[in-house]
Amino acid sequence: MSTVLFDTPGPKARMRHRIYAVLGILVVAALIAFVIYRFIDSGQFSGRKWEWLQYSQVQSDLATAVLATVKAFALGAVLAIVFGAVFAAGRLSDHAWVRGFCTFIVEFFRAIPLLILMFLFYYGLPTLGVDTSPLFAVVLGLTLYNGSVLAEVFRAGIQSLPKGQSEAAYALGMRKTQVMFTVLLPQALRAMLPTIISQLVVLLKDTALGFLVTYPELLYYARYIGSQGDFGRPIVPSTIVAAAIYIAMCLLLTALATYLERRNRRSKKHIDTGAKDAADLTAAATGGLRGGPF
Amino acid sequence: MRIRTLAAALLAGGLLLTACGKEGTPAGSGGDANTNAAALPTYEVAKDVKLDGSPVFTKIKSAGTITIGVKDDQPELGQKDPKTGKFQGFDIEIARMVAAGLGFGEDKIKYTTVDSAAREQAISNGQVDLYVGTYTISDKRKKLVSFGGPYFQAGQDLLVRKDDTSITGPETLKGKKVCSVTGSTPIQRVREQKLTDQIVEFQKYSQCVEKLQTKDVDAVTTDDAILKGYAAQDPDSFKVVGKPFSKEPYGIGLNKDDKVLRDKIDDLLQAAETNGTWKKIYDATLGKSGAPATPPAIERY
Amino acid sequence: MDVLLDNLDLFGPFFLTTIELFLIAGACSLVLGTILAMLRVSPVPMLRAIGTTYVTVLRNTPLTLVFAFLVFAYPLLDIVKIDYFPTAAVALTIYTSAFICEVVRSGINTVPIGQAEAGRALGLSSGQILGGIVLPQALRSVVPPLVSMLIALLKNTTIASGFSVAEAGAIRQYVSERGDNQMIALLWVALGFIILVSVLSLVQRSLEKRWSVAR
Repeated sequence: MSTVLFDTPGPKARMRHRIYAVLGILVVAALIAFVIYRFIDSGQFSGRKWEWLQYSQVQSDLATAVLATVKAFALGAVLAIVFGAVFAAGRLSDHAWVRGFCTFIVEFFRAIPLLILMFLFYYGLPTLGVDTSPLFAVVLGLTLYNGSVLAEVFRAGIQSLPKGQSEAAYALGMRKTQVMFTVLLPQALRAMLPTIISQLVVLLKDTALGFLVTYPELLYYARYIGSQGDFGRPIVPSTIVAAAIYIAMCLLLTALATYLERRNRRSKKHIDTGAKDAADLTAAATGGLRGGPF
Repeated sequence: MRIRTLAAALLAGGLLLTACGKEGTPAGSGGDANTNAAALPTYEVAKDVKLDGSPVFTKIKSAGTITIGVKDDQPELGQKDPKTGKFQGFDIEIARMVAAGLGFGEDKIKYTTVDSAAREQAISNGQVDLYVGTYTISDKRKKLVSFGGPYFQAGQDLLVRKDDTSITGPETLKGKKVCSVTGSTPIQRVREQKLTDQIVEFQKYSQCVEKLQTKDVDAVTTDDAILKGYAAQDPDSFKVVGKPFSKEPYGIGLNKDDKVLRDKIDDLLQAAETNGTWKKIYDATLGKSGAPATPPAIERY
Repeated sequence: MDVLLDNLDLFGPFFLTTIELFLIAGACSLVLGTILAMLRVSPVPMLRAIGTTYVTVLRNTPLTLVFAFLVFAYPLLDIVKIDYFPTAAVALTIYTSAFICEVVRSGINTVPIGQAEAGRALGLSSGQILGGIVLPQALRSVVPPLVSMLIALLKNTTIASGFSVAEAGAIRQYVSERGDNQMIALLWVALGFIILVSVLSLVQRSLEKRWSVAR
């Protein structure tokens, strides 16, 4: 099997690869063993540091925290997609003032760190008289920020569609808005699905910033448990558990994405937007947008 | 497929580690917050309390519950027990006592955690009726809220390892690593007074205390009330130096214009200080650190 | 305006630290990211596995947890003590390089197969093909997403403020404890970041003009 860059390995190369594989596994195993040994040495795996997991109150609070994370994520994801669609359409509008306004909004929210945005809403809005709960601040921040990134993704998606689609729609007599929202955006969504999903993974991880505005999500709870002297201040164990949960959630989200993409490819509504290279490049151009990863 | 197996492996690994955690001997060190050395006093819930002219009291009377802003991560001061979900600590007890005096039993109190920087807003927009959580009285704050009390005289102090005899006060900090919460008043004071140039800042005091234990920092600095809580949890590992070098009077934050309620709260605090309730509360919480304290004089205004 | 002038002793040094952190972490993560991309496309399955695991783990973990691990778990390993600023740089580097790896990899995918085949026909080794032919072209074609990654890195540096690095993210806490209006301080910090991001965008535009690839 020859890939782009390398020729099929011959027998000597295969032998070498096998040796590398064995060596590699040994090295990795040694590293992991070293880390675990040192952790045990400093008492991180002692029962005391892990007993917090046994308490039913802790377990139910942990579940509540995970649910809070998912809730913020769900709200943020839906609103961000809507925001992104609207502002992508705005940026492609025929009216200059709409274009300019939307461009300004998108560029503005992509340039500010999400941390600062959440702070601004949580601490700043009350001074203007608007009552903000932590959830509101978190979801608003996530929506504006990720929505702006998604607006760029949608725009790239729309521009990558074959011109024939919009031309046909206009030929049928549809108005600009109709064309945008019934023909172009749904296809753009499907075409850019991988990038959109990776941005949603970023959104999920960004909910972790909510702990700074006291939104009781997973990281907030992990920090809280880590600070409990009763449990021996299990900072490292709580971090490990939190990391495992986040990785599991993100992987599940990505798996969902891959499944949807596979279903998408078999669906009749899918349009092959040209060579894989072009899609890859568009994905690369927008996948790491100015605000891409958290 | 690979992703699913990786996710499943992680979840399985997590559960496995839980099983690992059940074995082994718990390396406990003194901190058993459930059994108190001294018993907490019980408070008689006052009946038929009338406070005319207090808008806040009218509101809570008709609502039937009182919302009190507290801290949830300061041991022996304002802490939420993760095993039971119940709040406990010196500040919490003061809050309970005041609420009982206003006619609200434990079941009618709603505790809310409010971030330090959002306290003034939470009080002025009615999100909480009272705030009892290491709230230092200051003139700048009096422009936005009012204070009942003070109910505790704290001061900036240092927490060090039990066997460390080199640090006896702020002047002995030269060359030592000092830790506190990012941007907090105590650490800003350390910076201004140039007590040391090795400053470490984290987001939570517990992180500082952890670093103190692993010998990565030499002292944790903040209000001595907070430090006493950590010392009480681990009296064999830490001690409070005991030479406060600032004055931080803790008060009960409430609405700026509600003088009637403020006077009532001052009355309740005064009563607790004279009839020994204050001392009982202190001995059962912060007093476990071994350091004594006297109730401060109430400042009415 | 007063908030800015009164607290200039905060804004100046803290933003300077932000820029320092960004430059160091940016340079290192570009290097590490490229190395990881080479691992992921290498013919040796073991190296590919290492690269893929690294990228998968780090892309799915929040940056705050990466920091928490390095600040609290790493010292327990008792190898070499690292100070807080270098720790922050390391955390940002290992996190961002996972994303840069993906960008470079998609860039490698856009290089026409003919290039590598020609290299093989000339008898070059895989290392030489990768380093001399494929990578330079790949990097040129992914300048926009690379700069976007770096801008994201710039904003991620604010996380370091929670782990004992006195940079821009800590300004709010200092100002609020001093009793000044936090909201104004936050707006100034936001403005600072907008300026820095604009500078990076200008760099991106000039690089694009110089290196744009005609296909």
